[in-house]
Amino acid sequence: MARKLNIKDERNEIQLFRSRAIIAGLLVTIALMGIVGRLFSLQVSQHAHYVQLSRENYQKRIPIPPVRGEIFDRNGVLLAGNHIEYVLSVVRDKVDDLDYKLDQIRLMMSLSDKEMRKIRNKIRVNNRYQPVIIKSNLTEQEIAIFSSNRPRFAGFEINLQMERYYPLGEIAGHVLGYVGRIDKRDLERIDKSEYKGTTHIGKAGLEKTYEMLLHGKSGYQLVEVDSHGKQKNMLDQKPPVAGNDLYLSLDINLQIKAERELKALEHNGAVVAIDPNNGEVLAMASVPSYDPNLFVNGISHRDYSLLRDNPDRPLYSRAFQGIYPPGSTIKPMVAIAGLEAGVTDSQRSVYGKGYFSIPGSKHRYRCWKKSGHGHISMKRAIYQSCDVYFYDLAYRMGVDRFSTELSKFGFGKKTGIDLPHEKTGLMPTAAWKEKRFGRPWYPGDTVNIGIGQGFWNVTPLQLAHAVGIVSMRGKNPRPHLLQGVRKSKDKPIEPAPVQLLPPVVLSNDSYWDVAIDGMHHVVQGAGGTARRAGAGAAYQFAGKTGTAQVFGIAQNKSYHASRLKKKLHDHSLFVSFAPLHKPKIALAVIAENAGGGSKVAAPLARKILDAYLLGDTEQSDKNKKKSKNSHKRKNKNKHKDGKKRKKHGKKVSNKKYKRKRSR
Amino acid sequence: MVEDNQITDFLQRLFADIDYVLFFTVLLLISLGFFVLYSASGEDFVMMKRQAIHVFVALSVMLVVSQLSSKLLQSWAIWIYLGGVLVLVLVLVMGTVGKGAQRWLDLGFFRFQPSEIMKLGVPLMVARYFSEKSLPPRFIDIFWSLLIVMVPALLIAKQPDLGTALLVASAGLFGIYFSGISWKWIIGSLLSLVVAAPLLFHYGMHDYQRQRVLTFLDPTSDPYGSGYHIIQSTIAIGSGGIDGKGWLRGDQSRLDFLPERHTDFIFAVFGEEFGLTGAILLLSLYLFIIYRGLYLAFNGSDTFSRLLSGSLAMTFFVYLIVNTGMVSGVLPVVGVPLPLVSYGGTSMVTLMAAFGLMMGLRSKRRLY
Repeated sequence: MARKLNIKDERNEIQLFRSRAIIAGLLVTIALMGIVGRLFSLQVSQHAHYVQLSRENYQKRIPIPPVRGEIFDRNGVLLAGNHIEYVLSVVRDKVDDLDYKLDQIRLMMSLSDKEMRKIRNKIRVNNRYQPVIIKSNLTEQEIAIFSSNRPRFAGFEINLQMERYYPLGEIAGHVLGYVGRIDKRDLERIDKSEYKGTTHIGKAGLEKTYEMLLHGKSGYQLVEVDSHGKQKNMLDQKPPVAGNDLYLSLDINLQIKAERELKALEHNGAVVAIDPNNGEVLAMASVPSYDPNLFVNGISHRDYSLLRDNPDRPLYSRAFQGIYPPGSTIKPMVAIAGLEAGVTDSQRSVYGKGYFSIPGSKHRYRCWKKSGHGHISMKRAIYQSCDVYFYDLAYRMGVDRFSTELSKFGFGKKTGIDLPHEKTGLMPTAAWKEKRFGRPWYPGDTVNIGIGQGFWNVTPLQLAHAVGIVSMRGKNPRPHLLQGVRKSKDKPIEPAPVQLLPPVVLSNDSYWDVAIDGMHHVVQGAGGTARRAGAGAAYQFAGKTGTAQVFGIAQNKSYHASRLKKKLHDHSLFVSFAPLHKPKIALAVIAENAGGGSKVAAPLARKILDAYLLGDTEQSDKNKKKSKNSHKRKNKNKHKDGKKRKKHGKKVSNKKYKRKRSR
Repeated sequence: MVEDNQITDFLQRLFADIDYVLFFTVLLLISLGFFVLYSASGEDFVMMKRQAIHVFVALSVMLVVSQLSSKLLQSWAIWIYLGGVLVLVLVLVMGTVGKGAQRWLDLGFFRFQPSEIMKLGVPLMVARYFSEKSLPPRFIDIFWSLLIVMVPALLIAKQPDLGTALLVASAGLFGIYFSGISWKWIIGSLLSLVVAAPLLFHYGMHDYQRQRVLTFLDPTSDPYGSGYHIIQSTIAIGSGGIDGKGWLRGDQSRLDFLPERHTDFIFAVFGEEFGLTGAILLLSLYLFIIYRGLYLAFNGSDTFSRLLSGSLAMTFFVYLIVNTGMVSGVLPVVGVPLPLVSYGGTSMVTLMAAFGLMMGLRSKRRLY
């Protein structure tokens, strides 16, 4: 050491080192304060932000969809319900030998190559901790086979899932509508936060109208997940609130009767039955119909094409979306309109010579009765359906007066029934024609609408509604299907409010009598056009036939059904209400291309009235015999067709679905 | 009885050189580390047991190393250094691949990381070099000392192991700093480093290193790739707040969002579970250990002891600042563990050996 001391200045070196050590100490202190500063910024200044990020990391909100409300008819028969579906799913992470296990599952569940490829692909793409559905709608047999092999299939699980179903299938299909998977268009109009976890939404019919009531409120489970998405603990939960149950004014037995009778005609058609006292729709049938169950899990392309491309257009409801010339069914209302407009009085008679010509014109507007009705009063003009009388009356009124008066009965406007996409029909005016065709309204146009032809179009619903107004002498409740709402199974049914539209007030109340008497005489008077349909009725009622021309017949030709294609045959219409005093039901029936109203629509209407007012005892006796050994129960149902009964009847009359009235 | 006396005497002499202030602070830190590790490992007792073995080995090494005298170390320094450089070259030539880098030398029965030795070898050699020179050093001395530092540092960086290279280089550079190199040189070289940094970025780095730097500058550019570490660790620390979420309650670590949480990112677990309060306490312990190391160096009896202790204390500091800076997102991700707390035997043994050296150098009584 001494050797080196001569060149080293030990004291100086110690000083130098010590100053460097102190500076180093300072550097360390400053650097660590820097780190503390950074920590302060993260943990104090931005704390809330990072807490949020941390939560987003590990908290996952799993929505729990609510149970959709059920739909019942007025007697508590289930029309739309939810049934439990069994679904087989797999969590990839819990399976050892996935390929082998899948092959085994395949043998049990009979899955096609294509399905297997899809499943494998889904499993590959999906998070390994989240379940992947292998098969839904498991049969009891499949469940049994799987359950007995359960221990060998760790990671595979059968779960419950609620699925919408319509126990009666096609019955009232158009009215109920259906639910389907939520699509892009639905997403635009719904509150997404309310639909978390919900897969289906009302797409048509009442399911669509009352989506808000039926859906309920979704709940959630807040769970803790790790970075792989594996659930660890449940942190919080809010149970879902089930949707409201709806009780319809529909009487499903009457509905079935209507659909059955329409089908038996082998013509397309519609029946609308309304309680004219309060606007409750009792039956609303449209044939052909469709089975809403097809749509629930996504209708197959093939099935959909079949429905869409069917020339009989089963997807649309003829009852409130079909528009037809009303034909003679509106003659009682036209009569009232004429009286109210002051262009005639009920005593005035017209000479029916078989045709009508506008003064100064040679064109002949023909009556259905070539020989003519001779001198004819208003009442007889109604029950014998004299065209000439009404040509004359309409001509006297002029189009705008005519339209104004008849609009009061709801023509040319939506009734506002609680169904989506109701058609408006058309109550023509001069201004409308000018705008639509750029041509003036000709007096001949007025003559045509006088007998419910020409530009005038109505829906069967509008017809039933208008007849209801007549039956109640002006009372005008809005037609509707919703009768009551039940918030939950243990709560009473709250009645839905009845909306009264402005009543039809006439300057002289006796005007109603002319129309009503005339209609009564149609079915239960000598010479009435539908006297055969009215024969032997145990109650008094009223009606009016209509035969709507689909095809214009040239001036010098006459109508021969046999020479025309079926599509061009006349529509057969009938409107009615019963009983005559204190009516309980107003009815409109149309059978497309079926010919004269008195021949087809009127007898059908009579059957429906009988069924509703009397109860169809004769037929339920038959049914009792047929199903003697199958069920012990009070059978309220009037199915004729034994095969159909098996499918639907069981559910209709099953006590389980009977509404328990709380009061 | 005589034998008993001999044993107690031996033990007394064995522990005579321990600096108890440093020793107990270090023990306190290590015990604290066990708590955090228990949480970070997901309450894994096997891992705790292994870490206990690491600590036991490291303490034994510390005890043994604390017996080595300044003179002995000076004479060994050159051989340790040269041996280390030789092995580093060997590793580059025939090293086995581990963690995507050639770091490990497989001797068949034993795999070890020779770069770890250089964390001690380089400061030993630098201290040894300056102990013979008159200080402050002349230009030529600085040149040679820089060569001593840069050769192994570059060899390690080539492996590539940027973290260790950084620690090795800083150990040596702090030795040069303590030798009394003039401030002109220090500031001048820092400035030139700033200028050279972009060049280094483009030509001197591996792709993954360049990626790390880019990710450090903007972690959100690659949130699920290399930015994931930084994002998750800042979330862990930030969500800890002032008081922390509590022991075993760190959601980020418990639920596996925080990667490498029992090794390099354990500081984030600490920050999440014990908050700012706990972090300040932990950093205070570290600060105390560094101060104690500098204090021991301050009172060193010769140039070699002073330079070696000083540079080892500062290496410990670099460990700390690089790790905490990385975990809290102010420095790029470099694979440096949190000293004495992160799981792992290698760095634990090296660090405890360094403390052993520092303790031994302050005393004049020696066993051997």
